[in-house]
Amino acid sequence: MLQNTVSTRRNIGGTEFPILAAALPVVANGPVGDTYWHIRLKAATTHLLSRPGQFFQLRCPRSEAGDPFLRRPMSVYAVDTNVGEIAFLYKVTGIGTTGLSTLVPGDTLDVLGPLGVGFDINPEWDHVLVVARGVGLATMGPLAKALHHNGVALTAICSYRTPEATIGLEPFELHGSVHTVYDTDGTSDVASVDSLIREEHARRSFSFAYTCGSKRIVRLLQDLSSQLGFGGEVALEQRMACGLGMCHSCVIDLRRGDTVESVRVCSRGPVFSLGDIVAPEETLSWYRSCDESAI
Amino acid sequence: MSVVLETVCGGVRLRSPIMPASGTFSHEMENVLDLGQLSALVLKTTTYTSRRGNPVPRVTETSFGMLNSIGIPGGGIQHFVANELPKYRRSGAPIVASISADTAAQFGEMAAILSDEGLAAIELNISCPNIEADGQAFAMSREATARVVATARRATTLPLWAKLTPNTGEIVNIAKAAESAGADALVVANTILALAIDADSRRAELGNIMGGLSGPGVKPIILRMVYQCARKVSIPIIGCGGISSGRDVVEYLLAGATTVQVGTESFRDPTALVRIERELVEFCDGRGISSLRELIGGLMVQDAPAGAPDVDVAP
Ligand SMILES: Cc1cc2nc3c(=O)[nH]c(=O)nc-3n(C[C@H](O)[C@H](O)[C@H](O)COP(=O)(O)O)c2cc1C
Repeated sequence: MLQNTVSTRRNIGGTEFPILAAALPVVANGPVGDTYWHIRLKAATTHLLSRPGQFFQLRCPRSEAGDPFLRRPMSVYAVDTNVGEIAFLYKVTGIGTTGLSTLVPGDTLDVLGPLGVGFDINPEWDHVLVVARGVGLATMGPLAKALHHNGVALTAICSYRTPEATIGLEPFELHGSVHTVYDTDGTSDVASVDSLIREEHARRSFSFAYTCGSKRIVRLLQDLSSQLGFGGEVALEQRMACGLGMCHSCVIDLRRGDTVESVRVCSRGPVFSLGDIVAPEETLSWYRSCDESAI
Repeated sequence: MSVVLETVCGGVRLRSPIMPASGTFSHEMENVLDLGQLSALVLKTTTYTSRRGNPVPRVTETSFGMLNSIGIPGGGIQHFVANELPKYRRSGAPIVASISADTAAQFGEMAAILSDEGLAAIELNISCPNIEADGQAFAMSREATARVVATARRATTLPLWAKLTPNTGEIVNIAKAAESAGADALVVANTILALAIDADSRRAELGNIMGGLSGPGVKPIILRMVYQCARKVSIPIIGCGGISSGRDVVEYLLAGATTVQVGTESFRDPTALVRIERELVEFCDGRGISSLRELIGGLMVQDAPAGAPDVDVAP
């Protein structure tokens, strides 16, 4: 297993703390494709060490859409330790992400993170599956890279509404083999994804599966992982306030033997064992109608 | 010489007048600041028995604030003493436990259990529903407030801070009842009962339908309550509602508060408690204010009528 990297960060009064709370300069911010935006921030390398699956709480600026009062959780899309940059991939859906899209180089963005616990990676594994949908792909980019580093083979199924919305494929193409599936041609149906996974598993069996971005896929992978005998993890989102584990807003039920335990997504997650999730439907992002953040 | 921040509030010596508000602080804050820098650690409310808390969504935002309906989840008082409290002893800062219960007798039992745990004070969260009064919060009624405070008073020698609800039309009378029953200080106040609706889905934003409003939007209302209470009680008042800057603290002191608690702002800026203290010092030093006593109750009122009415001040 990879160790959780604990690096120290310079916060208030020059003291070092495990979580960075600071305003970072915006290097670039702009649309990619027709649905998503990509923002890059400058940061000292030690501030960037995060595990795949961890997230930051961003204090999005106000815009004509409104003034987002609370921070928005956003999973790390990429970290470049050579140049000292961290990147987030987002979809403009509400007042938080609309505000985010107004930032230009020269502005700063107040970030808090890295937060939560990341994915488990075991170098002993031969072949793993990643199924991600839409902006959930952002969460999986760093994971693909880390799997590759650990010599684990990867097959990814990336699900989108339309071929035009295709985004975030690069890390998977670089580090594994990719299937893209779409709503427009029906290939993203649960039934088609189900048979695709079974075919791939028959070809080269999966040791583990990861998913993010779709509640239906969580259900599917829960079934498949018990039928086909591999473990798995899911990165979840839940509406949160502090992000640090203090306010108990972002809870979800986890199966614990015969009982159910309520845990905080921000501090005990956002990554959980697939089998522990009782009701994937009960996770929600900032806006009921659309999934805003990538967690 | 910089302004002296040290103060005594309701039987507790504090390094500074700025504390976290219950439910918005826990030991995880040590990931961004040194808990030893805080003047006191006011812990999340503990209930008599264990509670699951409310359904999600438990928070939502609004202009100038947020609503929450967390529902005080937790393992109950025994679990708190055995598993939670030890996490806070290391920092050396005074610890204030917040308690809540269904009945006055349970408040008393909890106060007794906490008496030998090295606490600086107990905060009585009487803004929660009173099972003996059809779920109406204790602090909605003078009698229920007096009963809880008096019962806790008999059970412990620790300083008792009574945390009032702003959801009453007679906060001054409630404040007086708490004082007469033996409270050492008053926290004014908890959150304001509120409702947020999503027009598209026609559903309430919170799983519990209603929740408590907090943040900058409530500040003028709570400031007014602090002002009203401070003129009628002689125990210290801890102002709490919408503080996000050093200037806000000054406003609360001027209204009559001795100290303050900061809640929601720690969610926006997790280092807010340290920043706000620095801003308060800058404010005072920039104006040659050497003691906070110069500010407390210092609101300038033109031709203050001697017998100004308490509540029915028509705008
Ligand atoms: C998420 C959240 C949880 C809270 N939990 C408690 C609690 O457990 N006990 C309590 O007495 N007050 C609780 N409060 C109320 C705060 O302590 C405070 O009285 C209120 O938020 C007003 O201050 P603020 O505007 O600075 O947040 C909570 C407030 C929030 C926002």
